[in-house]
Amino acid sequence: MSSHHSDVAINGDSAVALAWKQINPDVCAAYPITPQTIIVEKFAEYVANGEVDTEFVCVESEHSALTLCTTSASAGARTFTATASQGLAYMWEMLPITSSMRVPIIMAVANRAVSGPININNDHGDVMSARDCGWVTLFAENVQEAYDMSIIAPRITEHHDVQLPGLVNLDGFILTHAVERMTPMDTHDVKNFVGEYKPLYPLLDVRNPVSHNLMDGPLFYFPHKYQMVRAMENALRVAGDVFRDFEKLSGRKYRAVEEYMCEDADCIAIVLGSSFGTMKAAVDQLRGEGMKVGVAMPRLFRPWPAAELATLIRGKGSVIVMDRHLSVGSYGPMFPEVVAAAAENGSIPKMYNYIYGLGGADTMISDFMSVFKDVKDGKSKRVNFLGVKE
Amino acid sequence: MSTLALKDLNKIPVRLASGHRLCAGCPESIIARQILMGTEKDIVVSCATGCFEVSTTIFPYTSWKTPYIHTAFGNGAATCAGVETAYKALKRQGKVTEDIKFVAFAGDGATYDIGLQALSGAMERGHSMLFVCLNNEAYMNTGIQRSSATGMGASTTTSWAGSISSGKKEFPKDMTMIMAAHEIPYVAQTAPHAWRDMVQKSQKAFAVNGPSFINAIAPCPRGWRFPSDETIAISRLAAETCVWPLYEVENGDFVLSSESKRIADGKAEKRPITDWIDSQGRFKHLRNERWEPIVERMQEEVDRKWNKLLKLCRL
Repeated sequence: MSSHHSDVAINGDSAVALAWKQINPDVCAAYPITPQTIIVEKFAEYVANGEVDTEFVCVESEHSALTLCTTSASAGARTFTATASQGLAYMWEMLPITSSMRVPIIMAVANRAVSGPININNDHGDVMSARDCGWVTLFAENVQEAYDMSIIAPRITEHHDVQLPGLVNLDGFILTHAVERMTPMDTHDVKNFVGEYKPLYPLLDVRNPVSHNLMDGPLFYFPHKYQMVRAMENALRVAGDVFRDFEKLSGRKYRAVEEYMCEDADCIAIVLGSSFGTMKAAVDQLRGEGMKVGVAMPRLFRPWPAAELATLIRGKGSVIVMDRHLSVGSYGPMFPEVVAAAAENGSIPKMYNYIYGLGGADTMISDFMSVFKDVKDGKSKRVNFLGVKE
Repeated sequence: MSTLALKDLNKIPVRLASGHRLCAGCPESIIARQILMGTEKDIVVSCATGCFEVSTTIFPYTSWKTPYIHTAFGNGAATCAGVETAYKALKRQGKVTEDIKFVAFAGDGATYDIGLQALSGAMERGHSMLFVCLNNEAYMNTGIQRSSATGMGASTTTSWAGSISSGKKEFPKDMTMIMAAHEIPYVAQTAPHAWRDMVQKSQKAFAVNGPSFINAIAPCPRGWRFPSDETIAISRLAAETCVWPLYEVENGDFVLSSESKRIADGKAEKRPITDWIDSQGRFKHLRNERWEPIVERMQEEVDRKWNKLLKLCRL
């Protein structure tokens, strides 16, 4: 363990930028969008002051940002970018192309609601649109984790058994703009931990010419997609190894599924991102009132840690899935996946889905406490819209 | 311009293998070979989605003997720019030692329409890359739909000639002038029949330290409705009618070349638009009394643009 650095007060965007300054990537291409903008502004400052060696490209759109990052990585350069909301939506065409080209770029997503109506505040509507696109997807609860995940992510995605791009999610404004206390790592340790980028079949190896992203007929498309399934399975194993290495270095322990007071709980909630922290506080208060409740967060959303969740859920009386996104006409996006994970056990607890906090709708400790209480009192429906008068 | 001999061009390694799946009579491989003869340095090729992309890279085969990359349709310039950016980063670190050139091929849809934003951005940012438009004046890969490069009067599958329609109603966008307005170091318009013109322009484009753009007309036997052995003749006719003048814009200076120079110098005759119309089935309907005003407008537009170009060339 080496923490020569004293703690700093820093917002989430700046923490992500700091991590990437320490990693010192070869290329960054990005386009401004709230609430991600501080990341690229800070990084541009590092570029302007010669603190990084990165080729920094201010592209004319997010579509070009992700294109440029994808082919830069195909060429053999370690590459990162950041976006949010409409930016991710505008990139969407490229998301499955990037992953099928098997380039391990990292993109920070400052989670923000997707238009319309236009709204700049936090929910997970942006990243949920990327869930089927073949990107390793990590969530952060706080600023420290946004920093740590930025350092952890490339180790997972660049592993030759994985070779998939990665998303590091941090809640817009709640984490991106809020200043928190954080323990940064020594830059030397970060560089050693992340290591040298070792690309497979780089385009710039002109003595060994290769063609990237050819056209697949039905004979090859499906098998190529299946290779990504296997790579994503590998990512779960690799992530476990990387979390262990990171703990040795930093003393901070991460798991595929983070748990809080779940072991003896009758009722647990499952939530993503900064709400995990708020829900821990709700759990503390309810425990004080004698309720056996707990909360968990899938640190990894892709690969989906189904087996870990199944173990967590086994024997519980009820499970509440908190979705900060709405799939209009169906459940929240995480709910069916948790139900499917629960089905691994043979018997399924009572399952409830709460849609909450869309477009930055404030969700307080008391709101989360009411969720647990409503479930206990039998007041909850299958799908509930927290705070909305139905 | 430097002199060029075929025997010298022969020494440049073949970068695009034969055995690709382009249609008989397609000029795209001819243009690509001529462009790729413009430098002896290593080249990374990128393609936007389109005829040329699908015909040269159907997995598990590739026609490319040089590094090749494709991502999508509207981002041909950004696809190339990403590789060029990585090159700058890795060259500076000494991780890449070769001098490498970068070229992007894109159809007119991927240049004039869906690819315009990415192209404009890449040119403005000054990436050291050559962008080549294989301009067959419609979306040929999807089945001959009109683009903003399609000529007035052309019948396409989305601008049919019909009982009340003379085909495409609008004149094409002038993409070469739009690129010249970006004030990049080198812009040129050329055609595959003029192989010397094309190779010389490619040499200049690759020699530039910064972005360059070549717009190459690509007569399409399927889409333009002419026999597949007439591609080169149709290409020549485009220059001879001044429908497609051959010129370059080098650091802002406009200079005519080949047939276009000879016509401007009075050494060759400018042929009428009716020769162009009669050469292709896509214009066949225009030879009808009813559409005579359209034919007149087409001739007027060719003359107007030609005279404007002459002024730019200070002739």
